[in-house]
Amino acid sequence: MVSPDIVVIGAGVIGAACAEALSAAGARVTVLDRGAPASGTTAAGEGNVLVSDKAPGPELELAQASRKLWPELLAALAEELGPELADAEWEPKGGLVVATGDESAAPLRDFAGAQRAAGVRADPVTAAEAGALEPHLTKAITAAVHYPEDAQLQPVLAATALLAAVRARGGEVRSGVRAIGIEADAGGAFKAVLTDRGAIACAAVVNACGPWAGAFAADAGAPIAVLPRRGMVLVTAPLPYTVRHKVYDADYVGAVASGDADLQTSTVVESTGTGTILIGSSRQRVGFEERFEVRVLAELARKAQRLFPILARVPVMRAYGGFRPYAPDHLPIIGADPRVPGLWHATGHEGAGIGLAAATGRMIADLYAEKETAVDASPFRVDRPAVIEEVAA
Amino acid sequence: MSRTVVSSIVVIGAGPAGLAATRAAADTGADVTLIDAAPKLGGQYHRQDARTGDERFALPAGVQHLRESVVWAIEPIDGGHRAHVRTGPADSPDRTGTSIDAAALVLATGAYDRALPFPGWDLPGVFTAGAAQALAKGQGVAVGSRVLVAGTGPFLLPVASSLVGVGAEVVAILEANAAVRGWLSNPFGALAGAGKAGELAAYAATLVRHRIPYRARRAVIEAHGADRVEAVTTARLDADWSPLPGSEKTMEVDAVAVGFGFTPQLELAVSARCELRDGFVVVDAAQATSVPGVFAAGELTGIGGATLSAAEGAVAGAAAARHVGAEVRPPLQAMRRIRSGRRFAAALGEAYPVRPGWRTWLRDDTLVCRCEEVDYAALRGARNDRDATGSRSLKLVSRAGLGLCQGRVCGANVAELSGIDDPAAFAGRPMAVPLRLCELAGADPEATPEIEPGVKV
Amino acid sequence: MRVRVDGEVCEAEEGQTVAGVLLAAGRNSWRSTRRGGRPRGVFCGIGVCFDCLVVVNGVPDVRACQRRVEPDDEIRTQHGAELPS
Repeated sequence: MVSPDIVVIGAGVIGAACAEALSAAGARVTVLDRGAPASGTTAAGEGNVLVSDKAPGPELELAQASRKLWPELLAALAEELGPELADAEWEPKGGLVVATGDESAAPLRDFAGAQRAAGVRADPVTAAEAGALEPHLTKAITAAVHYPEDAQLQPVLAATALLAAVRARGGEVRSGVRAIGIEADAGGAFKAVLTDRGAIACAAVVNACGPWAGAFAADAGAPIAVLPRRGMVLVTAPLPYTVRHKVYDADYVGAVASGDADLQTSTVVESTGTGTILIGSSRQRVGFEERFEVRVLAELARKAQRLFPILARVPVMRAYGGFRPYAPDHLPIIGADPRVPGLWHATGHEGAGIGLAAATGRMIADLYAEKETAVDASPFRVDRPAVIEEVAA
Repeated sequence: MSRTVVSSIVVIGAGPAGLAATRAAADTGADVTLIDAAPKLGGQYHRQDARTGDERFALPAGVQHLRESVVWAIEPIDGGHRAHVRTGPADSPDRTGTSIDAAALVLATGAYDRALPFPGWDLPGVFTAGAAQALAKGQGVAVGSRVLVAGTGPFLLPVASSLVGVGAEVVAILEANAAVRGWLSNPFGALAGAGKAGELAAYAATLVRHRIPYRARRAVIEAHGADRVEAVTTARLDADWSPLPGSEKTMEVDAVAVGFGFTPQLELAVSARCELRDGFVVVDAAQATSVPGVFAAGELTGIGGATLSAAEGAVAGAAAARHVGAEVRPPLQAMRRIRSGRRFAAALGEAYPVRPGWRTWLRDDTLVCRCEEVDYAALRGARNDRDATGSRSLKLVSRAGLGLCQGRVCGANVAELSGIDDPAAFAGRPMAVPLRLCELAGADPEATPEIEPGVKV
Repeated sequence: MRVRVDGEVCEAEEGQTVAGVLLAAGRNSWRSTRRGGRPRGVFCGIGVCFDCLVVVNGVPDVRACQRRVEPDDEIRTQHGAELPS
């Protein structure tokens, strides 16, 4: 067997996007996953490709680049693999953020204004215009902003399409293989990835283990601070086309930016390509505790019902949870680890990994090729204090 | 809205296991709440005619019976578990909510028919054997006038008998496995030991009286019709259940009742994090699961019929009572019945397995998942072209198991067709039944003003 | 008691389920699937499969095999996915 150039650990959407971009640049890539591809955080994602929830700053820049890249990437995959195998239910449906209280109206307008200055399309709309965009939306809104650039895709389809491209280019995707560390030669140069199925010689390894990235980093001798934050989503029975945009309550922005361990929920209501409506989303720091709490589901339901009263008597058939990976400073970690030659990280995308995956993959490939990156990569570098000092301490 | 009450022991399911557990626990003086979805007691096995006012079963005094009630979630609390219940007309947004804090839970949620897919199995007129039975016994309705009963296992006999009882003509019973040796003269050989002999002999007599043919090694491999079943193709099967070429026959029928054994109703056990093995809940000699304070009885622990279920229920009820501090004498007789019942269950499982040849009955356009209308070709594509090898990614790529039944019907079949070696791979459902959004919104006892903490039922 | 099924008055008795009433009236399908428009009726009969869905008093996605009829229930065929009215 020919040795790969690069091994990517983690076959979620971030690992898949890194592997796709690296293989597009000519590298021979092997992707490993301890479970099955796209079965962890990716399978629990809502498929958000958002610019609306990000304040001006490096993450917004990455999000804007990724929003532009995703449709190009999917179109290229459709060329290469055929439309069916590349289908990811891409839907540039736009987002609608509404404030339902007096206290959140002004912050929403200010937030949108700052985003506009950073190049985001954030169009303030009247309550009547919001009602025209979303006929079933509650009338009790105090402010609304339309974000035409927000989009959605189905994360498992996206990840598996990216992996299909990796395989089509001669790469390999191996399920049920657990990476347990790395091996260096006598001179300290990177030599191989160690797995429970043996060593795989390669030139570099990308740690894309999502919320579990901290464990692999530690095994590789270069600990990073990545923590899990649990989220829950409700899924309704299939419905007629009822909710047209990604609709959320303005308090979403506050929840994303907070590090508070207590339960936070802010309503996100959106239809999927298959007719169900997803109702998110909660954020809790409870480690890797998988069991859900009824109080969390109840709060999600209460808020969704307030936003869309028509959903009150609709069946909720499923609730699912997942773990978002976050760094203490809430920025993704993308780049080479200066402490261990050959070790790269791509993790810490919190709830935005689906959206940021396309640009993250590209950034890793560009950094690996020592090319200039489309977005300044320095805010995401591994050796920033929030990522390596907290774990070292 | 929701209120909270306290009960020492909560028994979920009022079939043979749940009834026995309730009695055994209540006999010790423990305070017991019995929860069941049906208006009457008995479960699927002892299904009563819902149209009469009579109640065949009596519960010990003091037992609280929550009828027409579903447990949709279980959460751990200090010293036990909290069962979240909705009571009222099925699927109504107007049901009332109760949260019951229990020191011990007895799960007796039973099982439902396993249905194997074949071309045309989604036509109206194809029923599970359990549907034919439930409609006959509970509603006095025959699912058709000319009915074919097919599948595997002794349960097909009472189904045929019930159909005859409501006036249907049963054109044949097709048993996909080989007949158990000498089954008409000595019904079910090994099975006789479990107190079934009399019952099965009665069913056999019904078959003889109504001249119902019983054909072994034969199955329905296709149902025909435009908007409903008009005919079926049956075929003789080899030992693996692949149809033997040239053995096909067509029969005109207006209904088919199929049953290929049973699938345990595992979601509450999974929510409570009980250890599973081979798709069933693991229990010890006292019917205790791996989770302290949670006991399981009946088909959840293995398919063994009503007698075994009742014995397990009696032991589980006693153990639950002991767990909450009651004085309990060991239920030695029931424990003996469990040992002999498990031998019967093992014999049953060996005599009536599901063989892998059923997969050859499918065509590319045969639906595998009825809810989301996913066909066999799409399922294969998800696995092979998209690398969807885990149950979660397989569901999200193919959509199989994502519909309202949440994989209850297709889960075991999809797992088998996709090489997922775990019959319970699709059994986790944190919400055990669908709830209307407004019901969920009012489901948190700590957030609603209607709380009545500590109120006894 | 009397209920209405797709607008027509139908006799029913206490304890009957919606499926019991419909089957006794000679119908064996009362739903069409949302993708293929396929007819469906009872399949599992015990509330597991969600195939026998029907609209009762304006609320869709009600399992006919589980729901007991009540006087003056307005029962109708469900076409694919529907919103509550």
